[in-house]
Amino acid sequence: MSEAVLDVRDLEAGYEPGVPIVRGASIAVNKGEIVVVLGPNGAGKSSLIKAIAGLVPISRGSVLLDGNDITAAPAHTMVRLGLAFVPQTENVFPLMSVEDNLKVACGILERREAPTRIEEMYAMFPDLARQKRSAAGNLSGGQRQMLAVARALIVHPKVLVLDEPSAGLSPKFVSMVFEMLSAIRKSGVTILLVEQNAKAALAIGDRAYVLVEGKERHEGVASTLWDDPIVAELYLGQRPLKREAGGAA
Amino acid sequence: MSLQFIVDGMLTGSMIGLGAIGVTLTYSILRFSNFAHGDFMAWGTYATLAAVGAITAMFGKVAPIAPLSFGWPLIVALAAGMAFTALLALLLDKVLFSRLRRQEQAIIVVMGSFGASMSLRSLLEFIFTSRPTYFSRAIQIAMPVGFGIRITPDQIALLLLTAVLVLGVHLLTTRTQTGRAMQAMSQNPALARVVGIDVAGVVRVTWIIGAALACVAGVMIGILVQIRPFMGFDMLLPMFAAAILGGIGSIPGAVLGGLIIGLAEAGAVQLIGAEWRAAVSFIILMAVLFVRPIGLFGVRER
Repeated sequence: MSEAVLDVRDLEAGYEPGVPIVRGASIAVNKGEIVVVLGPNGAGKSSLIKAIAGLVPISRGSVLLDGNDITAAPAHTMVRLGLAFVPQTENVFPLMSVEDNLKVACGILERREAPTRIEEMYAMFPDLARQKRSAAGNLSGGQRQMLAVARALIVHPKVLVLDEPSAGLSPKFVSMVFEMLSAIRKSGVTILLVEQNAKAALAIGDRAYVLVEGKERHEGVASTLWDDPIVAELYLGQRPLKREAGGAA
Repeated sequence: MSLQFIVDGMLTGSMIGLGAIGVTLTYSILRFSNFAHGDFMAWGTYATLAAVGAITAMFGKVAPIAPLSFGWPLIVALAAGMAFTALLALLLDKVLFSRLRRQEQAIIVVMGSFGASMSLRSLLEFIFTSRPTYFSRAIQIAMPVGFGIRITPDQIALLLLTAVLVLGVHLLTTRTQTGRAMQAMSQNPALARVVGIDVAGVVRVTWIIGAALACVAGVMIGILVQIRPFMGFDMLLPMFAAAILGGIGSIPGAVLGGLIIGLAEAGAVQLIGAEWRAAVSFIILMAVLFVRPIGLFGVRER
């Protein structure tokens, strides 16, 4: 795994000291891959990627980005380090225009580069170009998600990290968002996402991890993972974890 | 009724409005009501007064710039006073507010600011006594400008200064990267961090702008009325009323709110007597909030 862009090792993290939600999770994302983290409700998926993004305190383990240790770096330095995070909800500034939402993220770019990047984002997302003057709060759910992704991409991240990009979207928009992510990967961006909507996410993913009780319990190729009986058991929680762990040992 | 209340009201409104900008920014970005904001005004004014004294000691008496009542020393001293007030606010944030903010309960920070307000005021009385003082005791002749309105050159200069400052701050907050970062912080602090905004930097800019404008408002009061340690505290309620009236977070709103309250107070003094002055701003405030709870330029939280 030397080519891993993002390498998370034995991560333990949680909001309160002594109460870890992520319990020794290890995942790796290779260059150009889409990696999906699945898992039942409360498995700690969101906490895992928020910890990677510097938003949840880390108590053990490490996060390496392109070989650099970014463990527990302050959240606002992550974009500079090359990691762009798209939160699940409230991921645009509702009272600012679409254009200002993009501009506000350009703080780390060269002054001259910002207008070019904004135009590139408009070319990629024509819907946003059409609405650049309207307040982001007036966009539809799908368009907000586009804006949040565009704002993350504008700074040339090494890895794009998304927390449930399909959450709260109607089925039409869900497929639109996943097509968008697939297209973004083709342009060479590495993607890590957490998803509740496992089927749709596996359809575009390369590899996937199943997270249960804060630890990855299974890893596999995305296209065949869904048919793996172990996954169904882990995911649906049909078999008690202790027996599963004992059986594997 | 004499139309003189328009000039008087606009002047009072400018002082209230400049102060209210700091109140509204602190509230929307740092998320607490800063009761020490009025004392920044008083401290800024005394700092400016002290700087004028220092300049006069170095260069001797300087003739005023005709037809104004003050000369270049006051202008230079005002700049020094603004810088001093900004530093005072940053210092207070470092030793007090930043620690209290970590508790993540606004009421603790508000109470802390109340304590800071009283301490700052008492310290000022201790150093300068509570006896009123003045930048200049010269009497200016007000010029008639028609409709029974009279205005002094100082008043014209200060109204212009207010207009320039308000425009400057408005452009800063709407057209620059710093301003966009401030807006982002006020709308969603967690997301602001995610997009790479250094929260500590935005906090600093917020204090600097608020405190510097408070100093200007205080010096205006000093030039047009008098300088007292309580001068800022007495402005606190009208400033909060203006900020709420205009809509929390809105700079044009704070200034318009200040002007409305200033004009209403000045009008009330003429119509129903000076003792109702303070009541009027609150009647207006309540009336507006009944009709439009988010204030004139406010926006609904989503």
